Amino acid sequence: MPVRIQTKDFDAGAEIAALRRDNPKVGAVASFIGVCRDANDGTAVTKMTLEHYPGMTEKALEKIVSEAKRRWDVMDVLVIHRVGELKPAEQIVLVVVTGAHRGEAFAACEFIMDYLKTRAPFWKKEETPQGTRWVEARSSDDEAAQRWEPPKSSAA
Amino acid sequence: MKIKVLYLASLRERLGKAGEDLEISPATSTVAGLRTLLIARGGNWQTTLAQGNALRVAVNQEMAQPTTPVKPGDEIAFFPPVTGG
Repeated sequence: MPVRIQTKDFDAGAEIAALRRDNPKVGAVASFIGVCRDANDGTAVTKMTLEHYPGMTEKALEKIVSEAKRRWDVMDVLVIHRVGELKPAEQIVLVVVTGAHRGEAFAACEFIMDYLKTRAPFWKKEETPQGTRWVEARSSDDEAAQRWEPPKSSAA
Repeated sequence: MKIKVLYLASLRERLGKAGEDLEISPATSTVAGLRTLLIARGGNWQTTLAQGNALRVAVNQEMAQPTTPVKPGDEIAFFPPVTGG
């Protein structure tokens, strides 16, 4: 399964090793790990709860992975996203892409994260000294995802 | 027709409801139509789902547009813009 939603932590090293399987055709492994920070928008964050839409989440992520594989010449992709309660410094998300060359692997990895942030149904709720609050979506995330849209002229 | 409606994340909290089975008129044939129907309940429904509020809708677990058709048996989810990763 290239896509996993889980409450437990992950071991990035073990996951990368499992994805590579010592395949000598793999010349590049690009990975990204998203981590829970102890502050957001100038306010301390003591805990975070991640909610998702079971069923749709998996479908949305699988669609993003398929799109990445369609756009770039990469071999294998793994996405792990945690849900439930997380504390600062805990890992939230892992994306690993293997391929023959780094350029395609880097691009596919960044594309998957940008699309995940704007299209996969996850929501963060933060616990702060002032109480709990839902994290607001950022326009900078939309802009990051839009970089990957085809130019308007060729969209039709 | 019978449909299933879900409210997720902050919408669930603001509406005090995770979801409901609804029997609606076949005349309510789109996502926009369903939203208007829910807004007409007034109170929290009106303020939370008001036009202009940033919210997303999925039909049968696929991202939808206001014009997306609503058919019998569909699962329609309302939720805020996503914030994972």
